[in-house]
Amino acid sequence: MAAISRDEVAHLARLSRIEMNDAELDHLASELDLILGAVARVQEVAQGDIPPTSHAIPLHNVFRADVVKPSLTPEESLSGAPATEGPRFKVPQILGEAE
Amino acid sequence: MPMNYEQATAAYEPTLGLEVHVELNTKSKMFCSCATEFGAEPNTQTCPVCLGLPGSLPVVNAMAIESTILIGLALNCSIAPFSRFARKNYFYPDMPKNFQTSQYDEPICVDGYLDVEIETDEGPKTFRVDIERVHMEEDTGKSLHVGGSTGRIHGAEYSLLDYNRAGIPLVEIVTRIVPGTGKYAPLVARAYVTELRDILRSLGVSDVKMEQGSLRCDVNLSLAPIGSDKLGTRSETKNVNSLRSVERAVSGEFVRQANRLESGERIVQETRHFLEESGETRPGRSKETAEDYRYFPEPDLVPVTPDADWIEELRKSLPEKPSLRRKRLQEEWNVPAKEMESMVNAELLDVVEETVKLGADATRARSWWLGEVSRLANEKEVAPTTLINANQVAEVIALIVTGELTDKLARQVVEGVINGEGTPREVIDKRGLKVVSDDSALMIAIEAAIAAQPDTAERVRGGNLPAAGALIGAVMKATGGQADAAKVRELLLKHLGQS
Repeated sequence: MAAISRDEVAHLARLSRIEMNDAELDHLASELDLILGAVARVQEVAQGDIPPTSHAIPLHNVFRADVVKPSLTPEESLSGAPATEGPRFKVPQILGEAE
Repeated sequence: MPMNYEQATAAYEPTLGLEVHVELNTKSKMFCSCATEFGAEPNTQTCPVCLGLPGSLPVVNAMAIESTILIGLALNCSIAPFSRFARKNYFYPDMPKNFQTSQYDEPICVDGYLDVEIETDEGPKTFRVDIERVHMEEDTGKSLHVGGSTGRIHGAEYSLLDYNRAGIPLVEIVTRIVPGTGKYAPLVARAYVTELRDILRSLGVSDVKMEQGSLRCDVNLSLAPIGSDKLGTRSETKNVNSLRSVERAVSGEFVRQANRLESGERIVQETRHFLEESGETRPGRSKETAEDYRYFPEPDLVPVTPDADWIEELRKSLPEKPSLRRKRLQEEWNVPAKEMESMVNAELLDVVEETVKLGADATRARSWWLGEVSRLANEKEVAPTTLINANQVAEVIALIVTGELTDKLARQVVEGVINGEGTPREVIDKRGLKVVSDDSALMIAIEAAIAAQPDTAERVRGGNLPAAGALIGAVMKATGGQADAAKVRELLLKHLGQS
């Protein structure tokens, strides 16, 4: 039984706004399946006595004081944007079809 | 014939759920040091972190964590000894990172409650609203949809983004479903948001301005036929931006769903938008499921593990609950519930209390703030507390009590203070508003009045006390209304041998 189905890959691609054709989906589904299989081997080592972690180092409570520091200028902020209008970022139509 | 609200509530039982988002009033953003000023020029409060530029790393604002714990404690929640941030992945451009840093299965605060009281046909009744969770996240940027006729996202040609708001700390407070509210569902919803707003304000953690979006409410509602023990499909109404709208959104949705169910249609699980003008809702996007957001622990942030001492310290610093405070003040001041409500609604309770603490009596403090000061503030379309402070009002009231000012003069003093003419004392001096209480000055005016009306004076001498009115009137006129009438009467009668 595959770890990830072709349909699931297609769904993820849609959520991620990545356009994929049939050949790409076939290819990626089998490739992702292999990758997930490799990652799953970690489960064999990590038994119940090892809690899942999101971090390699056991750090907690890394905070900063609530102090304002200078921001970028709008020109700097917008400088990497593909499109702008006035002081704002310009993006293509957000909801197309029947979303 | 479509069902009206009464018919709908006679046939269906509502299940209510409320999600409130509150922007914290920290000086800097949640994960970076950009400022959080409302209304700043677009994209002037952005940096590599809140723009999601490659290589930037977030760091948690300690004050935001503290505020969230305070909120949790005030809502009777348990504070999790271990909590984590998670990425909520989605592809709307309101977050330049393509995800929102939020919390998923490990929120900071869980399992609380808030009791709210409403007026029912049988008198006041308390509903307990259980709080499922209070979690931290960040606000999104502001989109401006261009093209299309409505300024809405649908039909827009393109959108413009301002990321000043992106990354401002946001706390989401989620209730469990509130069963059994029946026809009172709209009132319970409103009372809950009102009480929550008051608590947040008392904690000082947010501006809680619904009209500016620093407090936003989503209303979840489902209906089931009365007597059935099944839960209906719910809708989620967003964009509810005033207390009154909370009430209207619930009753509007109630009627809409009841009519759909009545005609055999299905309720679609969806996000709906509240329309301020009509009180109705219109459909928005169909809801993505939680799985579609592909939440996973945020690898760029480490867990939050507040220690018990910190939590206890914060617990000790909690202010008096607003509902208890209102009851206490109402008793201390001996005012009717309606008066209390108008002070709360006018957001003047704090300043009236402050004025009373400065020595003013509650009746005068209340009537000056709600009366003259509010009237002038309305004219200028600003909040009363921006015009004059508690010290100044207390001082004016003290001068009335000692007889140095009459109510009429006091109004002129207040007006002068508001016009920036200085402190009450300075206004009195500059405008020469002091009550003439100097006996010798008054005696001159009294003698002049007697000389002008010798017959009247004679009648008073003869014991006709009501006749003194004409003489007192003349003295008041001569002193430009600045004399204390009671004092004038006393001096006059004494002078004419009548006391």
